[in-house]
Amino acid sequence: MKRPASFADVNEASGFCIGGKTPVSAGWKQNFQQLRIQRISRNFGTAIALAGLDLTIQSGEFIALLGPSGCGKSTALNCLAGLLSLTGGSIWLDEQRIDQLRPERRGFGMVFQNYALFPHLTVRRNIGFGLAMRGIPGKEIRRRVDSVLELVQLQAHAEKLPGRLSGGQQQRVAIARAIVIEPPVILMDEPLSNLDAKLRLEMRAEIKRIHRDLGRTTVYVTHDQDEALSLADRIVVLNDGCTQQIGSPEELYGKPANLQVARFMGYRNILELDLERMEGSFAFLARPGLRLQGVAQEVLSSERAVVAIRPDDIAIGLAERTIDEAPPRNVIFGQAEIVEYCGRDYLVDVLTESGALLRARTPRRVATGEWLRLQVSPDRVLTFSPE
Amino acid sequence: MSSTESIETGSKSQSLDGTILLIVPGVCLVLLLFLYPFLYGFVLSFSGHQGTGLANYTKFFSTPFLRQTIATTLWISFPATVVNIGLALPIAFVTRRHPLQRLVTTILVVPITLGTVLIAEGLLIYLGPQGWLNRFLLVTHLSTSIVHLTHNYWGVFLSLVISGFPFAYLLLLSYLTGIDPVLSQAAATLGATPWRQFIHIYLPLLVPGLAIGFCLSFVQAFSVFPSAVLLGAPAGPTRVISIAAYQAAFEDYDYPMASAIAMIMAGVQLIVVVFILAARALFYRGPTAGAKG
Repeated sequence: MKRPASFADVNEASGFCIGGKTPVSAGWKQNFQQLRIQRISRNFGTAIALAGLDLTIQSGEFIALLGPSGCGKSTALNCLAGLLSLTGGSIWLDEQRIDQLRPERRGFGMVFQNYALFPHLTVRRNIGFGLAMRGIPGKEIRRRVDSVLELVQLQAHAEKLPGRLSGGQQQRVAIARAIVIEPPVILMDEPLSNLDAKLRLEMRAEIKRIHRDLGRTTVYVTHDQDEALSLADRIVVLNDGCTQQIGSPEELYGKPANLQVARFMGYRNILELDLERMEGSFAFLARPGLRLQGVAQEVLSSERAVVAIRPDDIAIGLAERTIDEAPPRNVIFGQAEIVEYCGRDYLVDVLTESGALLRARTPRRVATGEWLRLQVSPDRVLTFSPE
Repeated sequence: MSSTESIETGSKSQSLDGTILLIVPGVCLVLLLFLYPFLYGFVLSFSGHQGTGLANYTKFFSTPFLRQTIATTLWISFPATVVNIGLALPIAFVTRRHPLQRLVTTILVVPITLGTVLIAEGLLIYLGPQGWLNRFLLVTHLSTSIVHLTHNYWGVFLSLVISGFPFAYLLLLSYLTGIDPVLSQAAATLGATPWRQFIHIYLPLLVPGLAIGFCLSFVQAFSVFPSAVLLGAPAGPTRVISIAAYQAAFEDYDYPMASAIAMIMAGVQLIVVVFILAARALFYRGPTAGAKG
């Protein structure tokens, strides 16, 4: 598993460059400043798959479209590729409107979920297909295919048919086939979802490395927030075709815009409480046996509010069972109900005295049935209006 | 790896139990209805009035009147097969994703339900000298004289196309719908126009279907009999090999000769089929999905 020594080496060997020195036949645009997606929507019959997605992507950015299945993320990607026509809105590559162009005129590289390798062509001819369609001479195709084969470390498999490759190798061929045409934008539709957990982590690092080396603008569709967080410069969270939030991984992780994004970002404790009072942005909340102080993420108008707390933000300590006096605010007593060992730490389901079930992470060993003292900092209790 | 091994050993142990006996009725049927008559005819073809051995075969190939039937039959069945496949491929390609595909399929497949004789009768009336087609051509002055499409080569040819097309169409349609449409989408994102998607993706993956479709179509057309008699000129241009066999059997009562002609007929069909299937082996024959899944 020899890796190219550096970015410069790969660049020199393959002619891949962000500046675009390599000549390519006219008609396919390679470099751009901005990809502007303006309020694009797509309906299937009466069903709205995508409603008014608005996004401006800078050249070289890695964008993840994140959401549960059926949220419209794949629809958005197919609209970008030109495989689906738009119901409304427009797509612009700098000053050129491209949403009316057929996919073969857009020239965006696409990596499909099931790879979509041509089963009757060797790995070499699969990767060279896009170059052949551009009328590039055979010698040049050979040179460029060789250099991407090196980039994805498949030199030994060039003359095999895709059916003889493993899933991870097929995935590399699919990526190589998309990047060899040096497209302005690379689109990836859940490229890792068919791989096992170990291979998925490897390929994730591989995609990250290729993006770092080539700097190609990438739009990546996934339902896995870990993938989105680790790969993307910016994440677009979609639900039911509507954009929920657009932001950097840190923004989404720390400050989800609403409950749906919070759920998706791993805020697994969602509790509804009475809103007692507000002090600035701090909300004071209560329900029988539980008093919390949190930070309002939006205007709280009703008498009820919903808090979202990540399992990692709850500190666990041992406790004697206290019956007489009410615990202080943001301290919760409960009994460990289920303990899952996760290797590095334990994930504990705690049945609290208020009757609510809270999930918390702790590095210390906890026994089932043990009494625990949970504490959470007010700024990690995100408070939203009820849905 | 281990899972495939266990499946293989599983099938090995299965072959030892009683389920293998279930193929016995099928094997008996094939032996009784196909292999026995075939072998009987094969043996019979080496006996008879002309003497034993290869006498019947020698007579067939030395008599121009008999020998020519091979060329005559090929001259009808080969173009008819090419036209059937050539028509079925684009029509199946266009209708495969069309919302009205079921309706179109139903209409196109109706000729299967009609017998050859019904088609022949219909064509005789429709295409005949007094038929609608000729009347239409004369009335509209598209033609100044009667167009002869019956009792000649074209009558048989048209009937073979009408009866053979639905088979070719259904077969190619099923092969086409088995090709993952994501493959052509992938080709499109790589810059392939719809025509190049067809040439570079669909056509190579369709080769096995085209080969099988060609073989089935050809065998059916080569054994043409009723329409060659009813719509053709059975004494001359459409004296196909099955007519020669019929005359030997039921006009000359020379069963050994008829058997020999039937064997020659089978031999020609076999040569063509083997040739086509051998050519197919030069192309890709694996699964037509984009991935292992």
